[in-house]
Amino acid sequence: MGAWLEPVLPRGDAFNGVAGAAVSLVGLEKRFENIGAVRGVSLDIRSGEFLTLLGPSGSGKTTTLMMIAGFEQPTAGDIAIDGCSVVTIPPYRRNIGMVFQNYALFPHLTVAENIGFPLKQRGIDRADRARQVAESLAMVRLSGYEARYPRQLSGGQQQRVALARAMVFRPRLLLMDEPLGALDKQLRESLQIEIRRLHAELGITFIYVTHDQEEALTMSDRIAVMNEGILAQLGAPEDLYNRPISRFVASFIGESNFLPGIVRGTEHGFVVADCAGTIVRSVASGNPRQGDEILLSVRPERLRFADVASDKAAENRISATITDAVFAGERCRYLLQGHGGIPLVLKEPSGLAARRAPGKIVEIAWAASDTIVV
Amino acid sequence: MTTLAGTSIAAAGRRPRLQAVPIGPLLLVAPLVLYLLAFYALPVAAMLSRSVTDPHWTLANYTRLSADPVFLRVLTTTLTTAAIVTAGTIVLGYPVALAMVRLRPAVANIVLAVVLLPFWTSVLVRSYAWMVLLGRHGLINEALTATGIIETPLRLLNTPLATHIAMIHILLPYAILPLASVLRQIDGALLRAAAGLGANRWRVFRQVVLPLSLPGVAAGMLLVFVLSLGFYITPALVGGPRDTMLSMLIAQQVDLLNWPYAAALSATLLAVALVLIGLTLRLPALRQALRGVAR
Repeated sequence: MGAWLEPVLPRGDAFNGVAGAAVSLVGLEKRFENIGAVRGVSLDIRSGEFLTLLGPSGSGKTTTLMMIAGFEQPTAGDIAIDGCSVVTIPPYRRNIGMVFQNYALFPHLTVAENIGFPLKQRGIDRADRARQVAESLAMVRLSGYEARYPRQLSGGQQQRVALARAMVFRPRLLLMDEPLGALDKQLRESLQIEIRRLHAELGITFIYVTHDQEEALTMSDRIAVMNEGILAQLGAPEDLYNRPISRFVASFIGESNFLPGIVRGTEHGFVVADCAGTIVRSVASGNPRQGDEILLSVRPERLRFADVASDKAAENRISATITDAVFAGERCRYLLQGHGGIPLVLKEPSGLAARRAPGKIVEIAWAASDTIVV
Repeated sequence: MTTLAGTSIAAAGRRPRLQAVPIGPLLLVAPLVLYLLAFYALPVAAMLSRSVTDPHWTLANYTRLSADPVFLRVLTTTLTTAAIVTAGTIVLGYPVALAMVRLRPAVANIVLAVVLLPFWTSVLVRSYAWMVLLGRHGLINEALTATGIIETPLRLLNTPLATHIAMIHILLPYAILPLASVLRQIDGALLRAAAGLGANRWRVFRQVVLPLSLPGVAAGMLLVFVLSLGFYITPALVGGPRDTMLSMLIAQQVDLLNWPYAAALSATLLAVALVLIGLTLRLPALRQALRGVAR
């Protein structure tokens, strides 16, 4: 019973240090009736990493996760865990922990039986099972809930039981499919912290799927942004936020202003472009030539009202009309109509100055170093 | 946190009490209720009351019942037949229900049509069909003798076996439909979760699918058992001469114009059915399953 699992499963102490698995996706593809859900994803996930697959619905992130778990068979490409291809291994032999969006707790089993389920499949005897279940419950701070049924728990508690169940057999890889999607904002934030803590304590590899960019930014070591079945960008949260390489990434992660322009030349290492009559300088990327049409991007919180004349050479300026001013707690959000009809968003910490009224004509300034070509 | 969760559980567990029943929906069901009262409930009540009032108030029919060896034999046959048929339909129906849920929708619809086909044919026709198949010179015996497997035709028709085969066939949909309904309600994520946690296909079935489908099994068993208790045409046509079912005994008594005794037998049949329904409905999971069937 469970003999095939023994080499990878420590039977003794549940939570001794085990290194996380390294996962390699090589040209991974999945077509459903010839429609490509995942179209050639190659990605190396490091041992012990917290990697998030981020993307809108239909981007292929969940399909990718399901292929790693073994619930979907790739149409092409390979999945290797620690260098060994797993595509032909059925899910029940992959030894991967998985947490589902709707928890997928067995309704006919108690909390203890749910968490003990993977241990039972591995032929671990009753006494060891009880001890490991108790340890696992303590890790998610639900000690004493052994005899409850899932329906007697709140959503957050259910998800913590699901986490405990996914970790109790010490998998070296834990997959999470929008685990916090069904919870309200406050609970989500407290569970985000809890999941981060578990990741730090266990040291195993986490692959986390979400469509929530804020969640991805706060939790991940690295984020793989997916769009329409391909990998749009891979990088640390700061990299993705500060240096998005495409309009999609720039608009999907955080908010961005986009200024279409025509290259006029380069100056002190900055690209100079004409955006509907306004000269805008931006950090050079690639090799833009004079006359090229490019798209510049700048984050709303990098824009500011230039009430005091500033003549720094690297400064970008545009005159604009305020079309709307929205108070949003710690920030004020201004919608603006820039010179030449460019729509702009400016975010300013609230309380800095009196709120400006719509209709006012203002001067907007921002640093050339905050402007990028996407 | 704990206390908060505790109160919410208590609140969820409490049933909403019927306070003011709106009158509109009641009017909608009124015609059917009146119809059933006039043409079903009243005649049944009149018939059953004859068991204790004909010709005057007496329990003699029931005392006679309890001492009647024929009745006791018939009751045993009826209960045994119902039990065998119930077991047969569940064993044969479970895989079919599972297949209906697992197959692609197009194929599943074909299976559903095949399952429902018996519903569209009268019980009489189906029973005659079994007579044709099982008869001494029926299809099965002819085929077996022609291929030389047996030399003399087997006695298949007019045996308990024939009754069981024909009744299982007729009652299969009543087992399959509630089973399929419950199986369909099982969240696919649970099966994936079980597999991901290390359970192979058999263990997923044994530890997740089977326990979660038990309400469907119970619902199917209840339906088939109760329907079997009252079977008349099929056992009369294909069954053996000694395998009298309760409904056949009732018919005999009616033929003999022994109305009070027939009424007492009917009351007994009804009571057995009601007790069974009452007992099984005490299982909350089963109520849920039956609601699923009704949907």
